[in-house]
Amino acid sequence: MRKIATPKDLAEAHAKLRPLMALRAEGDKSADKRELLICGGTGCQSSQSKELLAALNKEIKAAKLQKSVTAQITGCFGFCEKGPIVKVFPDDVFYTEVTPEDARDIVRSHLEGNTIVERLLYEDPARGGLRLEKQHDMDFYKKQMRVALCNCGLINPELIEEYIAAEGYLGLSKCLSAMKPAEVVAEVKSSGLRGRGGGGFPTGLKWEIAARQKNDVKYVICNADEGDPGAFMDRSILEGDPHSIVEGMAIAAYAMGSRYGYVYIRAEYPLAIERLQRAVDQAREAGFLGENILGSGFSFDIELKYGAGAFVCGEETALIHSIEGGRGEPTSKPPFPAEKGLWGRPTIINNVETFANVPQILRRGAAWLSAFGTEKAKGTKVFALAGKINNVGLVEVPMGITLREIIYEIGGGIKDGKKFKAVQTGGPSGGCIPAGDLDIAIDYEALTARGSMMGSGGMIVMDEDNCMVDIAKFYLDFTMEESCGKCTPCRIGNKRIHEILTAITDGKATMEDLENLSSLSRVIQDTALCGLGQTAPNPVLSTLKHFWDEYVAHVVEKRCPAGVCINLLDFVISDACVGCGLCKRGCPVSCISGEKKQHHTIDISRCIKCGACEGKCPIHAIVRQ
Amino acid sequence: MISLTINEKHVEVPEGSTILDAARKLDIHIPTLCHLNLHDIKMVNQGATCRVCMVEVAGRRTLAPACATPVAAGMEVKTHTPRTIIARRTVMQLILSNHPKDCLICAKSTDCELQALAAELSIQNIRYTGEMAQFKKDESSPAFVREMNKCVLCRRCETMCNQVQTVNALSGLNRGFRTTVGTAFNLPVIDTTCTSCGQCVAVCPTAALSEVNNVGKLLRLLNDPDKYVVVQTAPAVRAALGESFGIPPGTPVTGKMVAALRQFGFDKVFDTNFAADLTIMEEAAELIHRIKHGGKLPILTSCCPGWVKFFEHQFSDMLDVPSTCKSPQQMFGAIAKTYMAQELDIDPARMAVVSIMPCIAKKYEAGRAEMNADGYPEVDLVLTTRELVKMIREAGINFAGLPDEPFDDPMGESTGAAVIFGASGGVLEAALRTAYDWLTGQSLEKVDFAQLRGIKGIKQATIPIAGMDVKVAVASGLGNARQLLEDIRAGKAEYHAIEIMACPGGCIDGGGQPYHHGDISIIEKRARALFSEDKGNRLRKSHENPAIKKLYADFLGEPHSELARQLLHTQYVKRSRV
Repeated sequence: MRKIATPKDLAEAHAKLRPLMALRAEGDKSADKRELLICGGTGCQSSQSKELLAALNKEIKAAKLQKSVTAQITGCFGFCEKGPIVKVFPDDVFYTEVTPEDARDIVRSHLEGNTIVERLLYEDPARGGLRLEKQHDMDFYKKQMRVALCNCGLINPELIEEYIAAEGYLGLSKCLSAMKPAEVVAEVKSSGLRGRGGGGFPTGLKWEIAARQKNDVKYVICNADEGDPGAFMDRSILEGDPHSIVEGMAIAAYAMGSRYGYVYIRAEYPLAIERLQRAVDQAREAGFLGENILGSGFSFDIELKYGAGAFVCGEETALIHSIEGGRGEPTSKPPFPAEKGLWGRPTIINNVETFANVPQILRRGAAWLSAFGTEKAKGTKVFALAGKINNVGLVEVPMGITLREIIYEIGGGIKDGKKFKAVQTGGPSGGCIPAGDLDIAIDYEALTARGSMMGSGGMIVMDEDNCMVDIAKFYLDFTMEESCGKCTPCRIGNKRIHEILTAITDGKATMEDLENLSSLSRVIQDTALCGLGQTAPNPVLSTLKHFWDEYVAHVVEKRCPAGVCINLLDFVISDACVGCGLCKRGCPVSCISGEKKQHHTIDISRCIKCGACEGKCPIHAIVRQ
Repeated sequence: MISLTINEKHVEVPEGSTILDAARKLDIHIPTLCHLNLHDIKMVNQGATCRVCMVEVAGRRTLAPACATPVAAGMEVKTHTPRTIIARRTVMQLILSNHPKDCLICAKSTDCELQALAAELSIQNIRYTGEMAQFKKDESSPAFVREMNKCVLCRRCETMCNQVQTVNALSGLNRGFRTTVGTAFNLPVIDTTCTSCGQCVAVCPTAALSEVNNVGKLLRLLNDPDKYVVVQTAPAVRAALGESFGIPPGTPVTGKMVAALRQFGFDKVFDTNFAADLTIMEEAAELIHRIKHGGKLPILTSCCPGWVKFFEHQFSDMLDVPSTCKSPQQMFGAIAKTYMAQELDIDPARMAVVSIMPCIAKKYEAGRAEMNADGYPEVDLVLTTRELVKMIREAGINFAGLPDEPFDDPMGESTGAAVIFGASGGVLEAALRTAYDWLTGQSLEKVDFAQLRGIKGIKQATIPIAGMDVKVAVASGLGNARQLLEDIRAGKAEYHAIEIMACPGGCIDGGGQPYHHGDISIIEKRARALFSEDKGNRLRKSHENPAIKKLYADFLGEPHSELARQLLHTQYVKRSRV
């Protein structure tokens, strides 16, 4: 792309490129052209979306439609349960679970024959399997509101032209041409934007503190070290709209007076790295990074730094030390990075989703964002919905929506009609929220008050088959392994908690252990050095509070009510047994006996509880007791 | 100044102070473990890792570490609420739950900061028990043992090794419960750039790092009727030994030390100071030779084995700069097993030379292959001041009540110039006293070079001698040494002579001395003890030592004679930087 040297150049470029969006954003049907957008994120690429794109292009070529039809990738649509998605513009048809083999049907039937491929449409379970062709008619999307994800599913993230067509870099241009740095800070402050990565610190305030520091060198860091298991909102933004991060960081840099930026990104995100690096290179070529951006005299550039897979490096001070080449360990705050950060210089660190909000705040104004949300939390939040829920995927909702709306309306309820038990928010350090709290309006404070947190937006749903003690142990297993080991409470305390939980699930714990579990958890919260350690006991304390009876059952009755804790149950064969012998042949320790067509039995004293028999039995006659 | 309240008492402290500083000003005691602030030598360990010093700060969600939380105006701090006490006790129990309970037979027993803290917090049971660390003991070094199962991860050793000494042999390894402090690639410490300076040992609060204990070996030597065992004592030992027996710091205990050693049955109680005078003879001659013949300048002292290993690793392109003189310990051994053996008519094979040193690197130095005299190891066994303390205690000697006894002749004779070897600046001062006399042909009247004394990391002076400005510098602490050496390498500094000691403040702060436990003022007191010994000595110049004169007359000939070079000089080894 040729260099854009002034705001006027950008306005002209935007005007020229805007027609790129005509079919998509405006649904213009006059041109007799069609565009196909295909999920191009990591998740759908592993479901063959690359092959699907190739197959579509091959079929388009075969049908000699190249002049009127284009097919290209886009960012994550979020409906991962039904991916890969193919969306056809301007018809606004939303095909789900499309395979490369379906390419021929889409091209021949839809593109050539103008007949929608019914079998690829989403079947709405709430309406008896009614097939829906439009995205906005689906419950999954009805209550969503896309700000951070606004370009995901709309533009090709690999082309800067598409980003500009979608009003990209206009926010930066506005800042540089018409606003003083302090006005930019004020605008972000008044939008009410808060950090989307964990703590929810007011973004504008953070920028203000950094802007106030007198120092000739300051840094902007984008925290892209998304480490919560199951969370992929930051990855999706980086893959689907990388220029929004470049623009957001440049705006922050202008506001605080920095000319150097780093993106600390997980090396396990190769596609995000590739797209972001391409965006940075394109932005530099086009003049949105580098010296004298848009002729304003402001200079800024971005470098990518790769994280080596330590969860704790998502903590800002640990992240800074990692960039500096040191061991990824947090240090005591204060001083905060905004005062003394990277190489001792004032540094602001915001996460990916936070930066993705920034260009729009500047373009549309603070009031636009603060118009929705709750009193203390404005705008939207992206959640990664996972667990025992029908619609697994990435959703962006306005703050203040209830958990019930997310789980039952957007998420389509619990899998296999099971009973909801709890939802765990905020990643591995979040707490488990029980059914009684499903109607709370979500914001930072509401979740914290319930012993959980917003975190980066993980949301894992549990049903009646989940043992809450086992769940707590699972999370502690993660935080214990990921502890940097620097402070005593996290290094040893969380290890001891994990040991007590293991004793409980093994049926070896006493009521005194439960008391110790609770008191130790509280001390860890109070004394650990960083957020990782302080919040690690959250899953324990919240489950102790809401699922006390389940703990007591393990300790006193040596029983796991959900039938999960393997050391507390036996495999037995019920009367339904038909004597087929499959279990007997599948048992690795040969502890099942029985004549053909006779009831079989398991020798419990020799059973290793591997569960192999359970999987072999065709009539589910093997039960856990 | 920042004004705040602690336990409702008002206090004002300078900006940048911590809550702990402010509490100390109010005489409020907050227990600490990992924290160590040796401000004078720029060693501040403020990682706030142990979480023992947690206090309540009004308006803060969690407790705050007093050692690392800066004060703020109007701050309200409470140090001993039930919440803080419970937190402290719990944290302490967690530490102890992963700490061996073999205090009865531990090297640090009764001198252990963890043990003392457990007593202070009256920990009598450990509520949380579980898996314990299983790290392999590293006994690869002849100087010290690393027993990481006893480590509380205070990280003082790491701060000392990396930030103060700039050796960078230690760093945090692994994650979570398996976190430890170790060497690169977990190599045995002997295979790393470690200099054995022992400053990590000096600051370790537990027995995770401790000297190799040679007491048992010494007892076996003394018990062997075939062995003729002589002992030498380094100057810094007499300045600190008394501290362990209730004698005020800064009191020299030379005579009592000699008396105690004699009780153990050594055949001769000699003094390393004798060899320090000998070192000056050789080193001053070398300096004058280099000055007069356009040799390599500056000359660097080579008494300190930690420093020698440091430059062999870090400045291996400059191996021709240091003096070729062996250290006094080794010169002593070389003379003892040749000249002295002849004089006493003892087969050198039967003679054992034992050193009492303030230093653990001396254990390593004695084992270096090139350190032998006519094929016999110059020094057979090295013990630290701390090991001597243990022996005196075990022998039931009432040390404070011992009479003063003199060293044996002739290797017990020394000058004031020798005793100040133990403090930073002392070697150079001693060398200048002799160099002055030799260069000018006159006798220096004012022998004190006060500008070279003190704990300051780098000291410089220009001394006019015989119409020439002799530029000298002194560095103690390897980080300071590195700075000086880099300046020299870059051509930014020009000196004639430089003294370097690995330990901040010199040997008096050696890794084998009684633990200072964070009270660095003790180092200055030890220095004063040595300078007072110097002042009280009739002879204050090495070349005036009659025993040394006799040694040259009877045996060596003159400084730098062929025999002197063979016995008293050495060469250096190029070592890798990693």
